[in-house]
Amino acid sequence: MSQLTRDEVAHLADLARIDLDDAELDHLAPQLNVILEAVASISGVAGDDVPPTSHPIPLTNVFRDDVVVPGLTAEQALSGAPEAEDQRFRVPRILGDEQ
Amino acid sequence: MSELITKTAAELADALAAGETTSVELTQVHLDRIAAVDGTAESGVHAFLHVDAEGALAQAAESDARRAAGESRHLLDGVPIAVKDVLATQGLPTTCGSKILEGWVPPYDATVVRKIKDAGLPILGKTNMDEFAMGSSTEHSAYGPTRNPWDQTRIPGGSGGGSAAAVAAFEAPLALGTDTGGSIRQPGAVTGTVGVKPTYGGVSRYGLVALANSLDQVGPVTRTVLDSALLHELIAGHDPRDSTSVDAPVGSYVAAAREGAKGDLAGLRVGVIKELAGDGWQTGVMERFAESVDLLREMGAEVTEISCPSFVHAMATYYLILPAECSSNLAKFDAMRYGLRVVPDGDPSAEAVMKATRDAGFGDEVKRRIMIGTYALSSGYYDAYYGQAQKVRTLISRDFTAAFENVDVLVSPTSPTTAFRLGDKLDDPLAMYLQDLATIPANLAGVPGISVPAGLADEDGLPVGLQVLAPALADDRLYRVGAAVEAALTTRWGGPILSLDKLDLREAGAR
Repeated sequence: MSQLTRDEVAHLADLARIDLDDAELDHLAPQLNVILEAVASISGVAGDDVPPTSHPIPLTNVFRDDVVVPGLTAEQALSGAPEAEDQRFRVPRILGDEQ
Repeated sequence: MSELITKTAAELADALAAGETTSVELTQVHLDRIAAVDGTAESGVHAFLHVDAEGALAQAAESDARRAAGESRHLLDGVPIAVKDVLATQGLPTTCGSKILEGWVPPYDATVVRKIKDAGLPILGKTNMDEFAMGSSTEHSAYGPTRNPWDQTRIPGGSGGGSAAAVAAFEAPLALGTDTGGSIRQPGAVTGTVGVKPTYGGVSRYGLVALANSLDQVGPVTRTVLDSALLHELIAGHDPRDSTSVDAPVGSYVAAAREGAKGDLAGLRVGVIKELAGDGWQTGVMERFAESVDLLREMGAEVTEISCPSFVHAMATYYLILPAECSSNLAKFDAMRYGLRVVPDGDPSAEAVMKATRDAGFGDEVKRRIMIGTYALSSGYYDAYYGQAQKVRTLISRDFTAAFENVDVLVSPTSPTTAFRLGDKLDDPLAMYLQDLATIPANLAGVPGISVPAGLADEDGLPVGLQVLAPALADDRLYRVGAAVEAALTTRWGGPILSLDKLDLREAGAR
């Protein structure tokens, strides 16, 4: 199992939308490698004939009747919002400089 | 200090019914106890992140008024309870032990919270936990650790160390916990209390802030097996708002606990899990476990050794499936709709705000698991990691199925060691993960488990837990066997393992 480089850890952090600084990368990258090395031990344990389990108790999809039920009011839904305006969540600009 | 705090929830319920006390009195004595021993992030038990004295006393007064009018909603109506801070409570902060949710007050109740409110149990407050339930020591809480009431230099287990420490320190007679890989059972073991992880789907997860959807389960945290049974029956049952909730009748857990306490286990087939022993298992833990197994035999059980060969891969399987699910679940903390928002200088984009917020709001363990999960799910690695883990999960379930063809319950020590010192494993994630070796298989397979006190380890005088596992939907067996062991050991010890004089609370109590 190849080791994750510091650049690869930075890429993972980027995918996970976490802005890690240099000190955090230095701290976390070796720890991630130790964890990955340990979990890699399951490689080859189950053969191709073993079906995957996504869910411990077998279930079928669940539907409910198409009837109106009470939900949160706009005020309740916005009660934890960092910023709100006109009954909507106010967010920072969503387009980058290049768009 | 009132001696009422040492009573079990069942005893308090009887005292309320007999008119010997009131809910306001019970709630007040527990609030007083919290004020005396809970302390702060720096010292004291620190089981609570938020105490709601006013709300609890108001709920208690309502309960008393009901009872005065000849009405009672439930046997536990008026008995106060603590709630793990991962369960949404309308009007009360719910932080999940994370800075990213500091000050968040949910606009709705989790189904289990709604059920305890409807039954009339006053909510004392919200209990401390590892951030988003990731950890085995409660040291990963962003608000400072909880300390073990037996020895305040040691961990109370995790992630539900707050709930376990609260009942162990007699700050609450009952608590709710959640168990994703052992977060109810392992804290129960290291604090000398009882904790139950119900069958997956047996208790609604609606309003439980998800760590890993296919593993999480809400359950009772108490000092006795009967109290867990009472609370389990109250919170269990199908919930249309949780699509993974099992549509089956709730079992007779209280009856099973009362039956078990009679001490007759004749004909019960018990399997000792061969793989959960050996290197890394503390001597004192194995000694108390061996005694418990002897006790089961003395009560009439047929004990055999059972091999579950895939259990040796359970930890690796779990630490791929859990991070994968949590990296997806925690994507919702994006600084847009609720929770923390950190805005970098200038005119940052939403993505830059998101990244800065998640860096500032999440602790190290959460970051590690999100990144491991992101890696395990990424293109090119999915089959080798997540796909393989899902297959090994099947093998672990098959081990349980095969075992339960030959035995009624399986037993093991709950945790490989007693409570370790605060700080010992904080920067060694793998050593921390090993704490959950014995508890993880049940979550992967969805089967129920209980931890009951098995005594104190000779080398350090700290509590050891016995774990009992049963097939899915056979949670009643946990109560029968758990109550039998509890009754026999309590008789042998001349009283419960947990008592006020054994606790290390003088320093905090003196303040």
